Amino acid sequence: MRVVIAEDLYLLREGLVHLLRAHGLEITAAVETGPDLLKALVEQRPDVAIVDVRLPPTFTDEGLQAALTARKQVPGLPVLVLSQHVEQLYARELLADGSGAVGYLLKDRVFNAEQFIDAVRRVAGGGTAMDPEVISKLLASNARNEPLGKLTPREREVLALMAEGRSNAAIAQRLFLSESAVGKHTANIFAKLDLSPSDDDNRRVLAVLAYLNAS
Amino acid sequence: MMTYLRRAGAALGHVTLMFGLGLAQLPLALLLLVALLVTFGLGLVFFFVPVVMATRRWTILVRRLTLVTTGVEIPTAYHAEPPPPLRQPDGWYRGGNRLYKSARLCSYNTRWDWAFKDPATWRDFGWVLAYPLGSALFAALPAALVVYGVLRVLRGEPGEILLGVFLGVVGVLIAPTVSRVIGLSIGLLLGPRDKDRLAGQVRHLAQARTEAVDTQAAQLRRIERDLHDGAQARLVAVGMTLGAAEQLLDTDPNAAVALLARAREASSAALDELRQLVRGIRPPILAERGLTEALRGLAVDSPLSVTVRADLPVRCDAAIESAVYFAVSELMTNAARHGQAGRVAVDLVLREGALAVTVADDGRGGADPAGGSGLRGIERRMATFDGTLALSSPPGGPTAVTLVVPHATLDSATRSSTSAKAVAPRWKSVVAGLCFGLFSLPLLPLGFVSLFAKLHHVPDTGWWPWPGLPASFHQWPMIIGMIALGAALLLTAIVLTVQISEAREPGAAE
Repeated sequence: MRVVIAEDLYLLREGLVHLLRAHGLEITAAVETGPDLLKALVEQRPDVAIVDVRLPPTFTDEGLQAALTARKQVPGLPVLVLSQHVEQLYARELLADGSGAVGYLLKDRVFNAEQFIDAVRRVAGGGTAMDPEVISKLLASNARNEPLGKLTPREREVLALMAEGRSNAAIAQRLFLSESAVGKHTANIFAKLDLSPSDDDNRRVLAVLAYLNAS
Repeated sequence: MMTYLRRAGAALGHVTLMFGLGLAQLPLALLLLVALLVTFGLGLVFFFVPVVMATRRWTILVRRLTLVTTGVEIPTAYHAEPPPPLRQPDGWYRGGNRLYKSARLCSYNTRWDWAFKDPATWRDFGWVLAYPLGSALFAALPAALVVYGVLRVLRGEPGEILLGVFLGVVGVLIAPTVSRVIGLSIGLLLGPRDKDRLAGQVRHLAQARTEAVDTQAAQLRRIERDLHDGAQARLVAVGMTLGAAEQLLDTDPNAAVALLARAREASSAALDELRQLVRGIRPPILAERGLTEALRGLAVDSPLSVTVRADLPVRCDAAIESAVYFAVSELMTNAARHGQAGRVAVDLVLREGALAVTVADDGRGGADPAGGSGLRGIERRMATFDGTLALSSPPGGPTAVTLVVPHATLDSATRSSTSAKAVAPRWKSVVAGLCFGLFSLPLLPLGFVSLFAKLHHVPDTGWWPWPGLPASFHQWPMIIGMIALGAALLLTAIVLTVQISEAREPGAAE
């Protein structure tokens, strides 16, 4: 799997390169600035890009903008955005085109190599990987949403994990449930939120995120 | 056109009222003159303080009247009243650098000094004496033209009617300008001097600076405490856990792995705390996207339905962006918590470098700055940038809070509100005052009255028109010269007054 990395801090960049190589991923480019990133993404069309939001030269949201521009030119280009902080607004912008294959994680999540690599592979495969913090903010801003209030605590847990981008199998493992039990919860959630059910994990996740972002 | 005429009509009434004020003040001025003569001529100095206080009461009334009739606001600039004397431990009372046996004498003397040494006292006296025969007569001009015009029209001949109508229209049309000039001329003596205004600004700035320094110090203390108790402590724990894991690595690898996992969790928690801290200092989205997008981010995170409308073509000063961001954040929290609102509208507008932010909600209203809702705190933090907070929150709602920060953009931030240009040369005020005080002397008795006598062939009886004046005062060259002199003095006074007001508030005098 070919990966492009954009990160301006040397230590973090090298750390990421080592981590990904150790898990058998191929690094085709490790760039420092926004313009370099855009060039690498459009020219190399990697299987997945790992992008820091804040990059030189302006140290604003250069990285995010480059990723969004590249996705406009190469629709569905998988991008995993890393940041020191998460903003719902940025998550919305990444999800806006509805085509998935995006991730948005706090940099701390790299500490847990196994889960991080899992997220990278998920995004590369067209899925989503949203940080739990984004999802909790998303749920908090939906506090007045009535259908959400009707969910049981267990269903809310399943909903949160699903919104992070996890498959039913992964949710079952996380919550120590059987996969069929998770399937039942999912069906209930979709019924209560008035969403049309789907067998495809990715499409289900996107439907949930779209629902939560709509309000 | 109609609105202008209506305004001009109202102004005509107002200036005539100001002329009436001059008439009413004439006996008061004479009374004041007598009182001052008695006070200083006969040495009855105990009259002085009551006379000063009475004059002040009168001029304060006049200031209010001026604001209502001419729209010119004249602030007072009296020295602060001395506090009542305090008894010292040794039984004496101290007033200035003197000691008194009795409190009454001490109080009397300090109050006398206070009234006597305040320049505003003498400026008040000067104005009360000068106004009735000075600019008050100018205030009569529009009404005089109208009355004269009507008299002409009543004569009934076509030429007379035309002239009369013309004069009447001129009288009405100049009324608004005359009204403004009258207001400004009163401000020359009753308003604070440039020195006092600057002193006031310095006081305001010093207070704002003190508050800014206090706020900053409090914030630094909070950050220091948060770092010390939070991230710093957690990093110490990480170090210790790693040390322990190092020791166990050979003897008990399983325990070492558990410790390493704990160290990782602790470092995550430390990062989490640092993130919260950074958010409280300067939210990252503000640095990355600017004020509008940061507020949109806030809107997205809020459980309320928030709309943000912004018209900001340029970025604002970073410190102001932060202050406004946190203020809006707090106002939104207020709307949800105290106002029980469902919808909030945030509007940002930049006009001539001034940033105006309105946060309006559909809550139940009744917000009270005194009620500890944090509005006072926001107001104080805005004051650091000369900003203001205006609140409209009737019981039952809706609530709207407007923050206005002048000079908010990057290029105008360096331009302070206290520029050296705000001071007009002192000679201008002095000359303008003198001209207003003196113009009527050549213009009216020596000019127009003599003209009237000449035109109607009033015989020079030796006491009419004016006794004791040489015959040359009743000749054409002298009459015309006097009228020209009076008009020149008046014109000078008007021009200088307008110049002074423009120098003080650039752009205020349209």
